[in-house]
Amino acid sequence: MDKAIEIKNISLTIEGRSILEDVSFDVREAEIACLLGPSGCGKTTLLRSIAGLEIQDEGEVWVKGVLFSDLTHHLPVEQRHIGMVFQDYALFPHMNVRDNIVFGLKNYNTKMSIQRLDELVTLFSLEKHINKYPHSLSGGQQQRVALARAMAPRPGVLLLDEPFASLDIELREQIARELRLILKLDGITTIMVSHNQLEAFAMADIIGVMNDGHLLQWDNAFDLYHKPKTAVVAGFIGEGVFISGEVINNKEVKTEIGVIQSAATHQTVIGKKVRVLIRPDDILHDDNSDMAARVVDKAFRGAEFLYTLQLESGLRILSLVPSHHDHPINEPIGIRLEIDHLVIFDEK
Amino acid sequence: MTRWNSLLVFISLLFSIPLAIVFGSLFFPEYEVWEHLRATVLIDYIGNSFALLIGVGFFSLLIGVIPAWLVTMYRFPLSRQLEWALLLPMSVPAYIIAYTYTGALDVAGPLQVTLREITGWQYRDYWFPEVRSLGGAIAMLSLVLYPYIYLLARAAFIEQSVCVLEVSRTLGCNAFGGFRRVALPLARPAIMVGLSLVVMETLADYGTVQYFGVSTFTTGIFRTWFGLGNSLAAAQMSALLLVFVAVFLYLEKRSRKQARYHHTSSRYSSLMQQRLTKGHGVIALIICAAPLSFGFIVPVSLLINWAIDTYLDVLGKDFYLLFFNSLFLAFITSMLAVGIALFMAYSNRNNQSLLNKIMVRLVSMGYAIPGTVIAVGVLIPFAWFDNSLDNFLIENFNISSGLLISGTVFILVFAYLVRFLAVSINTIEAALVKIKPVMDEVAKTTGMHTINILRSIHMPMMRGSLLTASLLVFVDVLKELPATLILRPFNFNTLAVRTYELANEELLAEAAVPALAIVIVGIIPVIIISNSISRSRPGHG
Amino acid sequence: MIKYIHLLIFLFTLQSANAAEVNIYSARKEALIKPLLDQFSKETGIAVNIVTGKADTLLKRLEAENRNTPADILLTVDVARLVRAKEKALFQQIDSKLLNQVIPKNYRDDDKQWFGLSLRSRVIIYAPDRVDKNDLSSYMDLANEKWINRICVRSSSNVYNQSLVAAMIANYGLLKVERWGRGLVSNFARPPKGGDRDQIKAIAAGVCDVGLVNNYYLAGMLESSQKSDVVAAKKIRLFWPDQSTHGVHMNVSGAGILKSAKNKKEAIQLLEFLVGDFAQQWYADTNYEYSINSKLENSSVLKSWGKFKADELNLDLLGQHNIDALMLMDRVGWK
Repeated sequence: MDKAIEIKNISLTIEGRSILEDVSFDVREAEIACLLGPSGCGKTTLLRSIAGLEIQDEGEVWVKGVLFSDLTHHLPVEQRHIGMVFQDYALFPHMNVRDNIVFGLKNYNTKMSIQRLDELVTLFSLEKHINKYPHSLSGGQQQRVALARAMAPRPGVLLLDEPFASLDIELREQIARELRLILKLDGITTIMVSHNQLEAFAMADIIGVMNDGHLLQWDNAFDLYHKPKTAVVAGFIGEGVFISGEVINNKEVKTEIGVIQSAATHQTVIGKKVRVLIRPDDILHDDNSDMAARVVDKAFRGAEFLYTLQLESGLRILSLVPSHHDHPINEPIGIRLEIDHLVIFDEK
Repeated sequence: MTRWNSLLVFISLLFSIPLAIVFGSLFFPEYEVWEHLRATVLIDYIGNSFALLIGVGFFSLLIGVIPAWLVTMYRFPLSRQLEWALLLPMSVPAYIIAYTYTGALDVAGPLQVTLREITGWQYRDYWFPEVRSLGGAIAMLSLVLYPYIYLLARAAFIEQSVCVLEVSRTLGCNAFGGFRRVALPLARPAIMVGLSLVVMETLADYGTVQYFGVSTFTTGIFRTWFGLGNSLAAAQMSALLLVFVAVFLYLEKRSRKQARYHHTSSRYSSLMQQRLTKGHGVIALIICAAPLSFGFIVPVSLLINWAIDTYLDVLGKDFYLLFFNSLFLAFITSMLAVGIALFMAYSNRNNQSLLNKIMVRLVSMGYAIPGTVIAVGVLIPFAWFDNSLDNFLIENFNISSGLLISGTVFILVFAYLVRFLAVSINTIEAALVKIKPVMDEVAKTTGMHTINILRSIHMPMMRGSLLTASLLVFVDVLKELPATLILRPFNFNTLAVRTYELANEELLAEAAVPALAIVIVGIIPVIIISNSISRSRPGHG
Repeated sequence: MIKYIHLLIFLFTLQSANAAEVNIYSARKEALIKPLLDQFSKETGIAVNIVTGKADTLLKRLEAENRNTPADILLTVDVARLVRAKEKALFQQIDSKLLNQVIPKNYRDDDKQWFGLSLRSRVIIYAPDRVDKNDLSSYMDLANEKWINRICVRSSSNVYNQSLVAAMIANYGLLKVERWGRGLVSNFARPPKGGDRDQIKAIAAGVCDVGLVNNYYLAGMLESSQKSDVVAAKKIRLFWPDQSTHGVHMNVSGAGILKSAKNKKEAIQLLEFLVGDFAQQWYADTNYEYSINSKLENSSVLKSWGKFKADELNLDLLGQHNIDALMLMDRVGWK
């Protein structure tokens, strides 16, 4: 598949502070990518650089084989033919829904434009709201209008800045899945920015984890979760704890809770002290096990409990247990280790 | 709330008295005079007034909006200075600028005289724009009134959320497209307020059009009132004028309909001004510098030139008293105007009944009434009050109170308020509209009383507008002429009065000094206003 | 804080109750009579308080203030407004032997309610290099076709023009004057604008050849400190119209004492001062007006224009026909 977006070594400094440092990645045609990271990691700035609203100090932006921006040449925003949805949608308050959506179309009155408008209105279920003004729409409706508006001119690329931030939490995942369907149907290459993993997991084909201006890992959700490349990524994605361990051989690591075997070999030095990532789904509740830990905290999650367990040594680990096992605090429960992917990092 | 309300109604009615007198005249038809007017001059009056309105409206919009946009969005040589400098013409009264340009450009003025001497041409051999004409009047008024629109447009542009503009760019709008389709429409309410002020000032102008020999509806009112001596007909003409203004304001409000201008985006990144290329930069500079030059630099230079010859004679104890009088009146009026406007705007906001809305509109109409009409409209009831009180006291207590209010500074300030409350009300209402009601509700849930809400939440947000409102009124009172002429107490003169008298006697050189004093005092508030606007951008400083 | 403001305002409007004083509503600009009033105060110890304004607005103010008006005297620059004030019953009858002695009969009210204080004439001016003196004769002649595009006059809203037309109505009747008015307007070189001085400058600049002005404006410009004024005025000559018929149109600046005047005695003193030799000489020397006292010497500029026949029309008629004049000027399109 063709590369729709190529980002090459982007660096950006604002007032002496480094916002982005040597960021590179590619997004394939019709792919949905997500830049994921905590506030201040530079993801929004990167998005704006792709849009052309910020100018990078170093690096290149290529879209569909066209050089959008490098050190000498910077294609103006209005000529880039990209669609962008801002965090608070920034709908035009003085126009109704219909006018907002057709704003980017060259000529409102051609048959093609009217067709396009109808398409989008149907796609986003906005039939009942066409003549309303932004202030009388709900958050979700405003989001759909913003999306329709961005997509109306059939841009080459769609950029979404925290698209779900202004929505009710319960709706987010569902809306994310619906939106993904729509985008896949349309086949439009998309980059979104988020600080929320669940949205990223629901929406994106590929995720870039960012921190402090750096792109740490560019991978799909599954691999990010089960094969994080750095401790920071591991700490950011999903939940888990690090416990210390010692390498026995290229397939085994000795830890306090037992010897962990991995399915694949890993390169390492025998006897080396390492940190092992233990996810909540790696610890199973097993009444028949010899190993036990005491419940010190529990969080009800509907289908599961997230137990915080404490071993005799004082080490705390997390465990995700089906919620019909309701154990009170301070009660010891049996646990068993079941790790499919061994993730180890150097001791810091 | 009802106590609040009845106070609002009382104040509104009080300030509507001149209005009532004007409309009251409609009950006493004056067929003969109207027949005379219709057969002779009425069409002329109406035609000229319309032409004046359209011309001044168009040009002041052009001159006000475009530089406001350029100066807000771009950086080019001198753009920083031009930000506040473009307001300067506001401190020059219209009749002053009319006199100075006439003095310089008229047939007998230095420019044409030199031209004729050099070329040997006679008057009819060459074409030179006639300053004292309808066109000239349009030019003069536009130059002096555009700052109202500039001020409000700039405040609106600064306030706009950057996101909306950035979105428009991603949707394919270049700079001009973004301006035309997004920034301008969003700024429309503010610009319209400015335009209303310009329309009303234009209709009320007497000094300029009279000097230029342009017969407008307003000069017609004067002529009917004083020349023909027919107060009723003149009042009826004023009523007609007001009806026109009311219709205009109503149409403007209706055209805004549904579209709401609450900010949809509460994110404000700091407005990054784009630096213009050299060529574009120079063009922008010229576009912005032109109104400043013609509206301020040229006339003031002329005035300074004249003043240099005469200041030694003019400055003295007499002059300082004039100065003090002018400042005193302006200060008191502006304080009262802001206070009353705040009160009315809040009453309206808390209780948006139709009655309240009408009351506020009523009071704002005062701006459209020419100063002279207000003066007489104020004089009659107060004099009646004074005389009645006097009669009462004489009959019952055998003391005469004489004239308590008329002939004092009270009546003068009252007349100013009738005329200028519209300015402070409009400015403060526009600011209040931008504070979403939800903020009040949030504050109320924490137990805050209305007064506290006002003090700790609204005040900081509105500080800029309050300052603007008080300064606008201050400058207006400083420049005010017709009402002051009629109502002032004995031995009480203002800078404006002195300037007018001297200029009318064609003693322009002597008039230059008090005229300059008005301008200089007027400049300071202008700069303060401009600074406060730049800093008022939310999320900025 | 509010208390101080009250005090301040009160002090502003406080009038000294002890010193003798007289209060004037004046249509004459302050600068034009202040020296006279100062001299009066010096001589008599009576303070003079003055408010200036257009005569019409002052009249309105007097009407509204009624009995309680602080004004004692109304001073005007034209007789029509004096007559109007009388018609509105604002003046009172004054018996002053001096006033009756010095002021000729046709320049004061028959009922002793108003008095002319100085004389002015409205004359024809022309550019000698473009106009042959023999072509000029009367006001009526100005409607003649030979003057097409050559006449400059100020607006009809000015009382001087109104009084001139009123005088013509009194002399010739409405019909003739209306015909004359139409002819005059069609001879205008430009729509009326500016004051009398502007007409002088316009003729000097070549915009027109003939005009109508009050004599003192021309005199003032000839002796002005502004060089451009002198240069322009020197290009103009003065012509006394209607010398073989009724004579030049005359007008007065004058005054009347208000019915409700509280300082009647002082007011009479002031009026008598103003017709006295000092004041009359000052009017002549500084304002270039003709003294009401025919025995007094005129200033040199005035003298240079020679003797002339003055219209002896009773000035009362100027006031009576004022509205007719204005409406006539509206009808003929004199802006």
